[in-house]
Amino acid sequence: MNFLTDRKRATGLGSGGTGAQHHWLTIATSLSLVILVPLFIFTFGYAVGHSLEEVLAFYSSPCIAIITALCLVGGIIHLKTEVDEAVEDYVGGIKRKLTLIAVAGFCYTLMAAGLFALLKLALQ
Amino acid sequence: MADVNRGNRPLSPFMIGPYYRPQMTSISSIMVRITGIASLGSVFLAICWFLAAASSETAFNFFNGLYGSWIGNIVMLAAAWAIWYHMLGRIRHVIWDFGYCLDVQTSEKMGWGMFIGATVLTVLTALVFLIF
Repeated sequence: MNFLTDRKRATGLGSGGTGAQHHWLTIATSLSLVILVPLFIFTFGYAVGHSLEEVLAFYSSPCIAIITALCLVGGIIHLKTEVDEAVEDYVGGIKRKLTLIAVAGFCYTLMAAGLFALLKLALQ
Repeated sequence: MADVNRGNRPLSPFMIGPYYRPQMTSISSIMVRITGIASLGSVFLAICWFLAAASSETAFNFFNGLYGSWIGNIVMLAAAWAIWYHMLGRIRHVIWDFGYCLDVQTSEKMGWGMFIGATVLTVLTALVFLIF
């Protein structure tokens, strides 16, 4: 333990234990929002309120299905960095680690459920 | 020593309110976080609708009717405002991260731009859906 210098022990550890990677991911996914947010708002907003047949026809279009899949995956990855950041700021110690795992579980479950539902709609 | 206080370091204190006067820069920044976390809730609601549409007509009609109702439309508009605001706020953070517009005056102007821009975009969104 004492053979490691202080600097060596700190290298690569940001507040989430991953250094600057989280910051970079937030920058990159922030830029992706400029494309994903309008696409999602206008496709999803259009679909809500229509009948099931119309919704099935709408999401069967390859373009709409691919756009929605991208929005779900990209959007949830971005929002996960957002929630992780808040957790790292206000929760400490072992609670932080457990909360981060729970957030990851919630986000990836959302992603998987959304993609499954979308696939079923698109291929039905 | 780097390992003396491992895992038990002080958290960032919550300053706004008793210690720190609310300002356009701080409030517009904290709103980015709030709208980000709220948007994960919006995504959850959207995925409920997708899952309902993929499972049965009864489930779909329930969620579709709920989201298509007056209350549903108001919630969706609020969700749209939040995600538009978050998008604009994140653009501001990227501009800052790349080292531009870091002075207070420009930052404050961008803060106003985020609140006004999100509201304008939400009104435009509502108009688009009313017209088409």
